[in-house]
Amino acid sequence: MDLAQQHPLAEMDPEHPRDTPAVDLTANVFRSPKERAIAAALGACAMLSVVTTLGIAGVLVYESLAFFAEVSPLQFLTETEWTPQFVDPQYGVLPLVSGTLLITVIAAAVALPLGLMSAIYIAEYAPARVRKVLKPGLELLAGVPTVVYGYFALTFVTPLLQQLIPALSIYNALSAGLVVGVMILPMVASLSEDALRAVPRALADGAYALGATKVEVVLRVLVPGALSGIVASFILALSRAIGETMIVTLAAGATPRLTLDPTASVQTMTAFIVQVSLGDTPAGSTVFHSLFAVGLLLFLLTLGMNLLANAVIRRFQERY
Amino acid sequence: MPTAAPDFDAPDFDERVAARKRRSLVLAAALFLATLFGILVLVTLLVDVFLKGLPWLDLGFLDSYPSRIPERAGIKSALVGSLWVMGLTALLAVPVGVASAVFLEEYAPRSWLFRAIQVNIANLAGVPSVLYGILGLALFVRFFGLGRSLLAGSITMALLVLPVLIIATQEALRAVPSGLRESAYALGATRWQVVWGHLLPVAAPGILTGVILALSRAIGETAPLIMIGAFSFVAFLPASVMDSFTVLPIQIFNWTARPQVAFQGLAAAAIVVLMVLLFTMNLSAILLRNHFERHRGG
Repeated sequence: MDLAQQHPLAEMDPEHPRDTPAVDLTANVFRSPKERAIAAALGACAMLSVVTTLGIAGVLVYESLAFFAEVSPLQFLTETEWTPQFVDPQYGVLPLVSGTLLITVIAAAVALPLGLMSAIYIAEYAPARVRKVLKPGLELLAGVPTVVYGYFALTFVTPLLQQLIPALSIYNALSAGLVVGVMILPMVASLSEDALRAVPRALADGAYALGATKVEVVLRVLVPGALSGIVASFILALSRAIGETMIVTLAAGATPRLTLDPTASVQTMTAFIVQVSLGDTPAGSTVFHSLFAVGLLLFLLTLGMNLLANAVIRRFQERY
Repeated sequence: MPTAAPDFDAPDFDERVAARKRRSLVLAAALFLATLFGILVLVTLLVDVFLKGLPWLDLGFLDSYPSRIPERAGIKSALVGSLWVMGLTALLAVPVGVASAVFLEEYAPRSWLFRAIQVNIANLAGVPSVLYGILGLALFVRFFGLGRSLLAGSITMALLVLPVLIIATQEALRAVPSGLRESAYALGATRWQVVWGHLLPVAAPGILTGVILALSRAIGETAPLIMIGAFSFVAFLPASVMDSFTVLPIQIFNWTARPQVAFQGLAAAAIVVLMVLLFTMNLSAILLRNHFERHRGG
């Protein structure tokens, strides 16, 4: 057989042209209608997340407008009484904000130091075998549903605290705040650990080589190097605490009160939202619309904190 | 920082080294105790719930509807409702979530739009769940007229877990060696052929882990479904996606909020069931991951 005829290129011999090529090489399969349709469909799915954000913001703003048509925004933000269920309702959101802040501060007092310390221990101290137990343990703690934490706060932590502080009411900010702290602890621990691990090993090893003790390496090399990540983890955890709903609904009570007393019953923004939707408030009433105004405030607050956390990482991250 | 060379002949040199080492030990102990705190709380919580719930746990509890009489109350409708919500949420969220992640990782040009979507997803993951409930209430329950139905609840839950799912899938895709992509493209595969034939199968274990974690988030969420208006007293099983429903966390919430001790026992028993469910899901995620990692090999 003639070798030239066997070779595929033989078909390109201008003296023996083929009528049609076996494969149409002029059609671009990479830009074929099918490929383009698939890309468009995938893109549409990705845009859904943007639509969700716009949906949440849109619903909150739209329904809040109805509320602010009846109650002036100034009144809403500055007055100190929140009594929507009364005959003469007052819509000053400050008691709900102070309740939320009180819970958040108590939670921060638990979660920030303990979370950071756990992160340092797991990142720098724990032997591999201990790590293998601690990390899943903390992940499990993070996976406990919030309603279970609420049950725990109300039926275990509150009675325990009442033995120490007899004046403690059944529903109180202290118990709820402590348990919210436990809830956000794993978040602080895991995000801070990531930040600590991102500090180059050579820096720590260099410090050890110069004779530093472990505590000196941790406090003067690792923590300063990871500071932006640690601060961001704090902000994100606090934002989570502000948005936490079930623990405070179950354990902190439903008494909107402008107070800093942790033994008293308070109401948070989230707990108010749940309270309204649990009752049979007629849709369209001012109380019903106030739910969206409080929701909008909550949305802006948490969104602001999340953006702040991002900004802290972008702006202050040490680059090695 | 002082830069003077250490004075090894200083009279208190040994003392200071010893003091520094002591400080280091003290801190190590404090760090260990702090880490232990979280674990101890977890153990206390589990033991407490188990002890209080055990007397109420029997087959009748799993197979009865809620009741005003504690001895006759059970979680049949709540358990079935939770499984429905989980199934529907998976059906809605998994295709969309995986598609979004594939688009972001494999298709999207690295433009401002890409960064905007990425930041948006990170922020969505931080939006309080109760706000998703408000969205569901205003949009699905009222505007689209789905009512307080399983479908409205599941769509809301799907939106809630979407960010978790997208982020997990993106990480799984990023972990696929780029040599695999490049060799497939070099052989003339189109984008979709690379994605469907090579990336998704290799990334499947990671994606599956993300799916299970997202669903275990969905099964434990309470607030959004309270907003949707999932009834807590449901004495029937849902027959279609338009039926009203209840779920385990709402049943737990309802029982916990009652003052009688008996109902708190019921709540504890329901928590045990929920935690067993969650634990099984997490365990299967770990086992699946290990299985696939062992069998991928070469």
